[in-house]
Parts: sequence; C-alpha cells; structure tokens
Amino acid sequence: MKLITFAGPPSSGKTSVILKLIEALDMDPSDVGVVKFDCLTSFDYLRYEEAGVKTVTGYSGKTCPDHFFVGNIEDAVQWGLRSGFRLLITESAGLCNRCSPYINGIASVCVIDNLSGVNTPRKIGPMLKLADYVAVTKGDIVSQAEREVFAFNIRQVNASAKLVSVNGITGQGAFMLAKHLRDAKDITTLKDLKLRFTTPAAVCSYCTGETRIGEIYQMGTLKKMGFEL
Amino acid sequence: MTERELYDFLTTAALGDILVRYPLARDFLSNIRVREIPPEMRLEALLAALDDTVADEFGLRKEDIPYQLCRFLLSVTPGQAREASVSSLTILGGRNKSGEAENVTLTLARGEVAAVVGPTGSGKSRLLADIECLAQRDTPTGRQVLVNGQEVPDETRFDMDGKLVAQLSQNMNFVMDMSVREFLEMHARSRFSEDVDKTVALCMACANNLAGEQFSCDTKVTQLSGGQSRALMIADTAYMSVSPLVLIDEIENAGIDRKKAIRVLTKNDKIVLIATHDPLLALNAGKRIVIKNGGIFKVIETTPEEKRVLADIEKIDDTLLKLRTQLRSGARITALDAL
Repeated sequence: MKLITFAGPPSSGKTSVILKLIEALDMDPSDVGVVKFDCLTSFDYLRYEEAGVKTVTGYSGKTCPDHFFVGNIEDAVQWGLRSGFRLLITESAGLCNRCSPYINGIASVCVIDNLSGVNTPRKIGPMLKLADYVAVTKGDIVSQAEREVFAFNIRQVNASAKLVSVNGITGQGAFMLAKHLRDAKDITTLKDLKLRFTTPAAVCSYCTGETRIGEIYQMGTLKKMGFEL
Repeated sequence: MTERELYDFLTTAALGDILVRYPLARDFLSNIRVREIPPEMRLEALLAALDDTVADEFGLRKEDIPYQLCRFLLSVTPGQAREASVSSLTILGGRNKSGEAENVTLTLARGEVAAVVGPTGSGKSRLLADIECLAQRDTPTGRQVLVNGQEVPDETRFDMDGKLVAQLSQNMNFVMDMSVREFLEMHARSRFSEDVDKTVALCMACANNLAGEQFSCDTKVTQLSGGQSRALMIADTAYMSVSPLVLIDEIENAGIDRKKAIRVLTKNDKIVLIATHDPLLALNAGKRIVIKNGGIFKVIETTPEEKRVLADIEKIDDTLLKLRTQLRSGARITALDAL
C-alpha cells in the first residue's frame, strides 16, 4: 500500500485536491482510504463518502493535532492494510503554522491557496518548508502577478519542493500532481520511521523529543482513534 | 554560476557584498527573524549569533542555512535557459470524446494569436490543460505538445513549475490591499527587474493606454474598475510575467481596448491563446481552433474576406465605444450616422 501525507491551512482546498488527485490517478475509489486528522469538527467525510472513498476522521480535541497524528498514524496504516487499500492518504488540517505531519521517506504534500495572501508562504513554517510537493490552489481567481509573487514567496521558504498549481474545482493541474505521486513508496508499516520535524510541546513521550512511531514509544497523554473495519 | 560557486561565495564573502549581488538574501534572512545585517560580517558569524531555538522553530538546522539560501537564490535566479527557451509550441492531435482521431498538427510561434471557439463544455478547458501540462500522449485526450518541435521529458515538465502559462480570465481579481505602484514594484522585484522604476512606468503607461478611464499609480488595486483591473493585468503580464504563453478566457468588451490589449501581448513575444466568442477578437487572430465533442474539430485560418469583415466589425465596435463615451459624459444620444 502506498501512503501520501497531505497538510495545509484550513480551507486551503486539501479535500478537493485529494479528490481530484484520486480521479487523476485513475484508481477505483474503493482502493483508496483517507484518514482525516482534524481538531474540532470536519464535514469532509461527506465528500469522501460521496466519491466512494472510505474514510476515518479523528479529532484531536484538546491535544496538539501533530501529537494526535503521530500517535495514530501507524494504526491508520494498519487499518489501511487490513482494508486492502492500494493507497492511503492522510489529510491534516494545519491549524497552527508549526504543524508538520510529515514522515521521512513518505511523500508529503502541502496545500496552500493564493487567496491567503502573498506573504502567507513566508509565515508558514515546517508545514511548507518540509513538504516534497506544494499544491497551490485558487489560482483562477487572483491575478497572474499575485500568483507569480506567491510562487516566488514559496521558493523563499522551500526551494526544493515541486510546485504544482491545482484547480480544486475543475481538477486542472491534478494530472501533474498525480504524475509526481504515482511512484509514492509502498509500505507495510511506519514503525521506526521518523517524523521530519519534532512536534510542538505537550505532555507525552513525543513532547520530550520522541520521534519513533509505534505503541512501545508512546507514553503520557495520547488520544487514540478507533479503526474498526 | 554553479551551485558550488554560489555556495562558496555565500560562505566566504562579506554580507554587504552578498546583498549587493543578491538583494533577495535580505528577504530570506528576514524570514528567520534576522533583521540586522552588518555589511562587514560573514554569514557564518551572523548565524552563530542567531538564537539556536529560532532556527529550530523554523525546522532549520543552523549549519544548513547557507545551503538553503543557496538553493533559494538559484531557484529564483532569472535567465535560466528553460524560461527563454520556448520559441514555438506544436499541438499534435489526440482523440475526441468518442475516440475519433483529431488529425491536427498545429504550431504556434511567439507573437502569434489563436482563438479557441466552441460551446460551453465542448472541451476548451481540456485543451488549455493539455497545453499547461505539456501533455505527452498521457492525458485523457492523448494529445502531445511539443516545445520547439521536440518532445518534452518529464523532468522538464516538472521543472516548469507552472511557469509556462500565464492566465487571464474574467473571474480574476486583485486580492492584495496595496496601491498600483506598490503592486507593480513588488512584482518587478520578484522578477529581478534591473530597473524597477522603469518597468513600473512602462506598465503604468501601457495599462492607461488600454483602459477606457485613466487611473493613477496611487490608486489601490482593489479600487480599480473591471476594465482598469483587466488593463493592469494585461500590461503586467506583457511586461513582467515569465511565461511565454498567455491563455485568455474572454476579455469583457467594456472599458478596455481589446485589440490593443492583444497587440501588447504579441509585441512582447507572447504566444496568445484566447477562448472567446467575440467576433472582433476571434477574427483578429490568425487562426481559430474549433472545439467540438471534446476534440479539436478543425483549425481555420482567417481568410482575407474575414479580414474585410473584421474592418466592418471594428467600425461597429468603434460606434459602440463612442456611444459609451457619450453616455458617460452625460450627452444625449442622437443619430448613429453622426458618429
């Protein structure tokens, strides 16, 4: 099973981009699973269900969303494998700009939108900086100049990522993103892989600098999601 | 300059010299909260003085910062061959929705204009999307797009980073809260314009030449009228955009001189593709691509007879323009012959 991690500010178009990506990958929707990591509430599952994509949503509630992510990601992978998916996608709403739910060796996509303002890329930290791919949305409603300055500002923060402009409504650009992601790595576990960046401090083993994935490394306040088949 | 040479320069030169050659290094450093840059100091010393936790918060390791700066400067340095290297695009036909072959080979050179016509949902966007991603018989239409007559390897397609195509549509707005001057200056700086003031002046003159109503560079971009916005976007695209290809989705017929607008783009060596149902724009183009049932149905060259009709259309257009001007100035409308 392949794994791709998506992150991005709220309402930047993550769900739309993921749905267009699945279309562009020309995969049977039932072969794809999505795990949505959100904070308080989310309605995206309705859109995934409508597209025939199985989804599990988890709410981090009072804990840090990144801690929540790393505490549950291996379970998510095992759920995906047991479900027989060919592709698992995680979608995290980056609620504070420090969020960075990316794992070494696993394809990572940051979704940001042109409407958020030209200087926004300079203000987003690891979530943008450590992504392999940056999908830029809502380019169809701002001027060409603003799009160019926006892309330029992304480069200031992340010079090595591949930039893809994607229209979440028409799907234009999703084809190129799919071309990039088609070769995402096949995995059977994430155990012992590492996060690309330490998560913000809270009160669990990951607060004290733990980055390894797996039950035995987890201590303290960790909220678990339920992955029922 | 190679990556190695630039890296060596950044790690050995005084910061003052670095900033003279690469003013954008200041932007990069300000992103990690470095505000004071002593000109005599070296980058290493500057970074040594930086609080460890700051680099950490940004997901950077201090020792990696010179390399990151190097990568950034290289990625935004203009004059890289790929930007300038597009002199023509060739579209090799694929299939329409019913699987019938398009049988089309269409080459567009810089300075050329082609209109794209066809009903809503006929596949115009699909054609524009194929061009944007430089399709290599791997999209649903099976079309192939050649650059300078050559196939395009995936690496090049990925590297284009959306730089091939500039887009203009009626739905586009300015969302930034700044004056026209600030807006143009910001774009010019991101394009490494050697003479920002001159570039801004050029764009301003051009935009005012296209717009029905004049505006000053102290106007906020968000306060411009529809026509003025469009005029500014076209001028900006013509003089500052990196992209050799401009895709236009209609230009509204009020408040802007459409014919001049297209001429500004072609004079600046753009390949212009314009989706339009406006006879003035369509006949102005040398060719028009007719889209039907998801495919290119045919390509029509504009005939001498059509060019004669165009002259008549221009007269009608001119009459309408004069009527608008009269209305705007509060005059009474009298006989059309008098115009």
